[in-house]
Formats: sequence, structure tokens, C-alpha cells
Amino acid sequence: MQRIGVFVCHCGTNIAATVDVKQVAETLGKEPGVVVATNYPYMCSLAGQDLVKDAIKEKQLTGVVICSCSPRMHEGTFRKAAQQAGLNSFMLEIANIREQCSWIHKDVAEATAKAISIGRAAIAKVRNDQPLTPSQNPVVKRALVIGGGIAGIQAALDIADAGYDVDIVEKQPTVGGKMTQLDKTFPTLDCASCILTPKMVDVAQNEKIHIYSYSEVEKVEGYIGNFHVQIRRKARYVDEDKCTGCGLCTQKCPMKKVPNEFNLGLDSRHAIYIPFAQAVPKVATIDPRYCRMLREGKCGLCAKVCGVGAIDYKQKDSFVEQDYGAIVVATGFNPIQLDKFDEYAYSQSKDVVSSLEFERLMNAAGPNNGVLLRPSDGKPPKTLVFVQCVGSRGTSCRDKEYCSKICCMYTAKHAMLVKEHYPDTEVYVFYIDVRTPGKNFDEFYRRAVEQFGVHYIKGMVGKVVPQADGSLDVQASDLLAREQLHIKADMVVLAAAMEPDKSARHLATMLTASMDTNDWFTEAHPKLRPVESPTAGIFLAGACQGPKDIPDTVTQAGAAASKVIGLLSKDHLTGNPCIAECNELRCNGCSSCANVCPYGAITYVDKEFKMPGRVVVTRRVAQVNAALCQGCGGCTVACPSGAMDLKGFATSQILSEVDAICQ
Amino acid sequence: MESAESMKQEILRISGVDPLKCMRCGKCAATCPCYDEMEYHPNEFVFMVERGEIGPLLSSKSLYRCLSCMACIERCPRQVEPAKLIEAVRLYVERAKEGSHMTPQDMVGRLEDQMPQQILVSAMRKFNK
Repeated sequence: MQRIGVFVCHCGTNIAATVDVKQVAETLGKEPGVVVATNYPYMCSLAGQDLVKDAIKEKQLTGVVICSCSPRMHEGTFRKAAQQAGLNSFMLEIANIREQCSWIHKDVAEATAKAISIGRAAIAKVRNDQPLTPSQNPVVKRALVIGGGIAGIQAALDIADAGYDVDIVEKQPTVGGKMTQLDKTFPTLDCASCILTPKMVDVAQNEKIHIYSYSEVEKVEGYIGNFHVQIRRKARYVDEDKCTGCGLCTQKCPMKKVPNEFNLGLDSRHAIYIPFAQAVPKVATIDPRYCRMLREGKCGLCAKVCGVGAIDYKQKDSFVEQDYGAIVVATGFNPIQLDKFDEYAYSQSKDVVSSLEFERLMNAAGPNNGVLLRPSDGKPPKTLVFVQCVGSRGTSCRDKEYCSKICCMYTAKHAMLVKEHYPDTEVYVFYIDVRTPGKNFDEFYRRAVEQFGVHYIKGMVGKVVPQADGSLDVQASDLLAREQLHIKADMVVLAAAMEPDKSARHLATMLTASMDTNDWFTEAHPKLRPVESPTAGIFLAGACQGPKDIPDTVTQAGAAASKVIGLLSKDHLTGNPCIAECNELRCNGCSSCANVCPYGAITYVDKEFKMPGRVVVTRRVAQVNAALCQGCGGCTVACPSGAMDLKGFATSQILSEVDAICQ
Repeated sequence: MESAESMKQEILRISGVDPLKCMRCGKCAATCPCYDEMEYHPNEFVFMVERGEIGPLLSSKSLYRCLSCMACIERCPRQVEPAKLIEAVRLYVERAKEGSHMTPQDMVGRLEDQMPQQILVSAMRKFNK
């Protein structure tokens, strides 16, 4: 005989103001099998939980229904309480009468009737509940960090510091990411390289950290605590272990006109190259798109000059397979392409540059050794115009709807640096809003205005027209002065919007990690679980989750690392027992379930079945890998013979819920 | 006629105001009790002086409409002190004229019992060099 307890929560006035909780408890108390039904202002409070626990003990309850908020909120709370009182935690169901009832209705009578209906369905489900025991899965004590920018570096260092092995997979030949390309960093104006390169060296020297540079994640299988990852090590045609990074090959290589991506194509490099002096690992890489030996089979100069015989033209992509307990995604961002914004003459004039290009032009390690010169004629610019929000905060097809967050600050930084180095330069910044929330950020921007006399003008630039004399006519609107401006500028700098790295979408598919409409990785909860992906065991660091500056990125990387450390410190993880199971007597081995399973959790075996008349038949039947199954239920829907069922959400349970609602 | 730039510098010198400190919030105009009487409001004085648009300010009646109540100075979050700027423009105009328009002696005959002290202060500020 079932003995069910029903507990109706007021949630203060959240539920009680719209739902007659007393009536709900009274009505549900009359349902068959219900032996106790009561209501309480806050069921989730300790006193409320004690109410449940005491009832379980005193009335020997076999099932519990809590009519309260969404199970996402407090299912765990109440299941834990039930377990403590000696009831299997899966014998407790939540009837969501807040999000699905009181919050969306106004009429008390209607809402109360609906709450009763929802409660009835939950009671029907509890009647068919089976006690379930979660499995205990071992945890691989090794973490993978995808992306070796400042986010990945910080996360790896923090995880390694706690004593766990970490691998960094970086698709470029060196770690360091976007930060290596920056000149100074706001709001303190310390040099980016000076604070980043020691960290890059730390990562290289840390015994717990292994860097797979020039590598990409090829395949991800498994689940939290037990990911199995295949990493493609792209052929760099140089033996990493032999190469000493002397750089002789990079000087002798005859292919000199390769656009240098580190300087965003503002100058050129050789076909064999080391991206920059502080690269980690400091190893040469051959660009197969330009190498004459690889393309035409002629040359071989680099192999001749290499003193250690590190050049290997026959090198092929290789693969590494490794198990990990946790994965940190740190794939970062890119500035958008500006070819769709030709009103700013970006593709017409070399003197119209993106902010990241400007960063290289100002950088001591950049193409001009830090002397600011116009790209077109190499003359020092006297008038500079900065345009903010290029591609950000727009709704047209070429725009991003979001604010790219860092542009206000780096534009203030650029303006300030120009005025500091070249005080006789006129600097204009066109803005829609100046957004500087952050420690010492607004003070920084005000310094640009008050101390350095940068002209901040409220309004957008309409168009930039290259003039015959080499100057740029910037047509803009000063909304405060209510006049149209024509500024004769020498250079125009566009603060291009941020977008996620192109590789992120493919990676998200492999990880089954969710993304928003802009391809930023989604966090499990925007406020309370900001560094976790909704997919268990996947953590987020840095700009892969949304536009972010360096302080925020490092903060998030540290937070993701601490979550990883918390996970890896466990020897076992409690699995989710609500997984699919196959009724082998019904299974006809059609493979429908395996075809829809997103986790590859279903395999087939040939099994002998004893049939009537001592006949033994061998049949192909499905088997569910309990460790891989995530309980999505796709197979139960696909199965034509009704053999697949989901524990905790059995077809019979769902049908009985429907019956209860249709009563 | 002096150049706009030298007029601007002189006004800044008299007032001691740095208009670059303004972040254009409009609090001064929002708080001004004479808003409806003024052609150019306190925020516009700051903005126009910064841009060197001195001419229109010199001939504006707003110079004499300002009560010198100093509310804008009191409430400006960036300590720009707009009223000082208005006063500086006024002084710039007054100093170019011969003699003061009003001396303390002129006051004597005009005093009334109910007259607030602020009016006397304001009058002296406006018409005295």
C-alpha cells in the first residue's frame, strides 16, 4: 500500500498570492494513497524540510510530492532531505506550481485549479516511482585546457598549482593569444608582454603542464570525470624536441613575403617562422602554404642551415589520445572583419585601421618598432580619429547586437598613448556612450579628457572619404553642439566589435556545450554558475563566454580552475541514475535508438533467449552504457517497439501523469 | 577684437574653471532656478567656453539673469563650478566698460526691509568690477 505525503509551499506570497494553497493541500489530501497533505510558508527552509522529514518517519511515507518552485531550484534540496529521513531520494517528485502556475496566472480560482492538476500529475508519477541508486564513477585526475591565451594560461597554472596534471591545446604555434599582440594594458598602462611572458614561461616550465601547441582538439568522447579526447598535432615540419629556437632558418628562408599574422599583415615574415621573440614553445614552424620545398620540392635551405637537424619535410599530422576529468574552454575572441563597413573606407585606405592593427603600430615589437607612422606613406599622423562601436550595438545583418565591452577602454588608452608620445597630435574620439565600469576605469577615461585633452565627441562618424592629398575627410555629427563636422584626419582607427573565435562552434558541437545566438558559450547560470557550461565537466574561461577584458578574463580563469580543482579532488562522482534501459524481450535490434543517441551510449550484443518448447534463439539487442547515457530520452521516443525506457521518467509514468491531468 | 582663443583663456584665468572636467550630465541646468529666464544655461556656458564660442555669451542677457545663487556650483558632481564661469564672462564684459555700474553707495537708497541679502550680493557681483 502506497503512503504518499503532499507538501504545498506558499513561497511567501510568490505562490500563495495567486494559488489557494490550503485548498490545494486539502484537495490533494483526498487523492488515493495520500496519507498526509499540508501547506507551509517556506518549504525549502530548514523548518519546512523538517516537516517533510518528520512526516516521512512518522507516517512511514513511501513517496513525497512537493508542490513548490521549479525542480531546477530545489529538487536537490528536498531529495537530500528525503534521503536523510530514510526515503530513497528518487521517490520524491516536485510539482512546479510557481513558474508554471502562480507566476503566470492572475485569477486565483483558475490558478488553484491548475495547481491541483499539476499536483495530481506528480502524485500519479510518484505512484510509479522506483527507488534508484546512482552509480559511482571514478574521476580521471587530469584537466584539458582548450586555448592557450591568457585565460587558458591562468586556468592551467592554477590547476597545476593544486597538484593536478594539465594539458593546454593551442592551435597557434605559440601560446599567449591576443594579449601577446597588445601594447599597453588599461587602466594601469603596464606593458602587456612584460606581464604576460613570465606567465608563458611559467606554463612552459611547470612540470604539471604540457603544452600541445599548433594542435587542435579532434574528437571528444565521454562525460564528466572521464572525457576521452583525441588531439591533432598539426605537422609543423620541425622536430619540437630538437629545435633550439635559434632562428637561423627563419633568416635564411628565401620566401620573405608571407603576410605576418602576428602583426596582422602589416609586415611580412618568412615561410619558416617563429611568431615573435618570446614565443612559447620557441620552436620554428614551416607554413606549408608558402614553403617552396613543400610546394615544389625545391629549396631545402632551412634543413641545410639547421645545426641540429630539426627540419623534417616529411612530418605528418599526428594524434594524441588522452583521458581527462575536466575540460576548460578558453577559445577567446577575434575582432570582426571590417570589409562590410566600407563607409569608413577600411578597404580603400591603408590609413584606416582596426584597433588591434593600431595596437601593433604602437607596439615596440610591431612593424615600425613602436614609432607611430601612417601605413600609407610612413609619415607621422597629426590628426587621428577614433570611431567606437564599429559593428557593436547594432541590429542590422553586419552588426553584433551586444556591446563589445572593452573598446571604450582601449580607445581611451590609444588616445592617451598617442597624446603622451606625440603631444602635438589632435585626437578625436567619436562615441555613442562611454562605458567604463570597472575599477579605476572611469578615472582612466577622464584622464584622457581632462589631462590629455582628447576631444570626445558624442555622435557617430557617417563616412570617411580618402582625399587626393592623402588625408581622410571624416564626416561626423556632434550631437551636443548640434553641428556636422568635417575633420581632415591622417588616420582613422575603428574599434571593431568582438566575436567568438571561428573554431568555437565546431568545438561546442564536439563538447555538446551550448552556445547563444552569437556563438558565445553559454554559462550554466548567468549569475550563480558563471564559469560552468550546462554540460557537466565543461568549464568556461575568458572571452569564449562573452566580451571580456583581461582582469575579468583572469578572474574567470581562476574561478574555472577552482571549479576544476574541486571536481578533480573527488575520487568518485555520483552519476545520474535516470538513464535509459532496454527491455531485451521487446528489443528487435533495429538500431533506431543508436542512431538518435547523441552520446554514443548504445551498443548491440547478440544474446541467446530461451523460447517456449526449449528453443534457444539468438537475437541482436541494444545495451545502454550507463556511464555514457545522459538520460535525454531520445531513444525512448525513437524505439518502435517500446523496449527503451528511461528510469525515473518511464513511459508509463508520463502517461499516468497525462491521465491525472485529463481526469 | 581679441581672438576667441585669447578671450577663452582670459575667462578661464578669471574663473579658475577647467571646463574639461565637465562630463555633460546637465545637473547644473537641472538645478538652476533661472532656467526659463536664461538663453544659455549653465551647462552651455561650460560647453561653449570649452569650444571657444565666446562671442554669443558676451552679448547674452543670460549674464545678468544668473542669480549668483551658486546652486550649480554646490551640486556639480565634477566640481566644474559653472557659476564661476558665468561670472567670469560677466566680469570680462564689465571690465571692458568704463566704471562700475553700481557702487555700495548706490545701494543705500534702494534697500527695503524684506529684501533678501542674496539680492544685494548678486547685484554687487553683477554690476561691480
